[in-house]
Amino acid sequence: MRRQGRQLSASILVVAIYEMKNYPVILLNSMFAPLSFLTLIWFVSQGTLLVPGIIGGLIMVMFSSGTSLQSDLAHLKNDFKLQDMVVSSPTSASTYVMGIAISEIIYSLPAIIILSTLFYFFVQVTLIQLLGIIVVLMLVFIMTLSLGFALATVTSDMVQSFAFTRLLTTLFSTLAPVYYPITLIPMPYRYLAYLSPTTYAAQIAQNLSGTLSSSMNDLMIDWTVLIGLTLVFLWIGVSKSRWREK
Amino acid sequence: MTQTGEIVCNDISKVFETGKEALSSVNFTIPANGIFALIGRNGAGKTTLTRILSTLLEPTTGTATIDGLDVMSDAKKLRERMAVVPQEGKAISWMTPLQSVSSYLMWRGMSYKESRTKARETLARVGLGDVVDRLNRKLSGGMKRKVLVAMVIASDSEFIFLDEPTTGLDPISRQDLWNLMTELSKERFIFLTTHYLEEAETVADRIGILDDGKLLALGSMDDLRMKIKHQYSVKVQKGVELPEVEGKVLVRRDGQVHIMTTQDEALRLSRILIDRKAQFSLNPIKLDDIFYDVVGGNALNEETDGET
Repeated sequence: MRRQGRQLSASILVVAIYEMKNYPVILLNSMFAPLSFLTLIWFVSQGTLLVPGIIGGLIMVMFSSGTSLQSDLAHLKNDFKLQDMVVSSPTSASTYVMGIAISEIIYSLPAIIILSTLFYFFVQVTLIQLLGIIVVLMLVFIMTLSLGFALATVTSDMVQSFAFTRLLTTLFSTLAPVYYPITLIPMPYRYLAYLSPTTYAAQIAQNLSGTLSSSMNDLMIDWTVLIGLTLVFLWIGVSKSRWREK
Repeated sequence: MTQTGEIVCNDISKVFETGKEALSSVNFTIPANGIFALIGRNGAGKTTLTRILSTLLEPTTGTATIDGLDVMSDAKKLRERMAVVPQEGKAISWMTPLQSVSSYLMWRGMSYKESRTKARETLARVGLGDVVDRLNRKLSGGMKRKVLVAMVIASDSEFIFLDEPTTGLDPISRQDLWNLMTELSKERFIFLTTHYLEEAETVADRIGILDDGKLLALGSMDDLRMKIKHQYSVKVQKGVELPEVEGKVLVRRDGQVHIMTTQDEALRLSRILIDRKAQFSLNPIKLDDIFYDVVGGNALNEETDGET
């Protein structure tokens, strides 16, 4: 256990701590995207979409943390060949990836702290509702993390990898109804929004925070799709990723 | 059959998903001590073999063992005892040498404090004691490679794989790394791949010649010399009219003629060349001569004129 803790710490030091320590400007960069979009939504809606905006910001942070794993792993693997050095060491794939996953959260901590503070002051929820929102955020993180790991192990082109991360983040956490209720999207375009897994997460979180009122059936579908997709992506991440190459 | 104290490859082949055959039935047994250098042209299969032995890549067929441990089924045990500097490996730009070495040691299970102490000691040993806190991106190419070598040295691993560690380095940095490898080989086994023949000849105890996925020759420099027919090399400047020669004649693209022949024939030829006031050199064969002989006339852009 102690050894695994050290191996986890190594991943966290390399991907998050040393980068932030040696380049502090990164701290600003990591909180810029979610907060700038929240500010825009807040101004345009004249404050009415502040609550879904805060929750949307948290979902975006979790989503982009997960997808960042893909580009970070691919960067370390293809540009620095670090993964080869780690594979041929006593560190296991799960420990290495878990360490980098935690790093992604640490990397996003400035944004998480600010959004959580705003959440505390502006979002009125019970403890159960709060726990529900945390579960939703964790599912989003695990889902994108799994997908990111699977993609990273088969990606060899870094330009494509970074572009793919940005594309996923734009499509699924800014364009999709994450910062705003799905009811604002006119029909029939609303159906397109259901192609995004984050739509289901946002609907659940918005219901729990009282900014959207869905039927029990719709909520059951949202939970089923979110958990189902997370399990599918987790399965892809575990079974399709490669530690030792074939 | 597995053997301790040895690296054994049994019929190792590798065919990639693209259909490219990178290795074809490679067999060898070498002692796991000193320095073993695997040489060959680009695309010969050096990196593929290194990756298979260092548990990074699965072979298509065959088995390989290191000190009796199978690279497939005993990978976990082997990874406790080996370390790899991959081809084109780079020190992470946003980290310092101290951070690079210490975090690698933590991946190997060392505590933060212990890893920092060990990293400082090792960096001093490889000549980077003055730059431990400088960002890797500000270091020279040679220093960056040394950071990677320091990472594996600090790990105290018994089996070290260095895949083309000196590619792109200036002669002084290369010499520094050679000295380091030689010192290191007193206590560990180093598996080195290189396409610098001089490097292999200078540092290696044993050399393997790989071409087109096949292992063509293996042994110490003396063993390899004994394996080829001609023991002397005569290099003659472009444009010199040559007599009939008994031996292997290669004509380089720049026009220089390279003759590998016997001692008597080399002496006869040199007398003729002196009479003709031609510029030439006469030497006992070196690794590059052996390499050309074993691999053939296509090596290093040479064209064979045929054996006479």
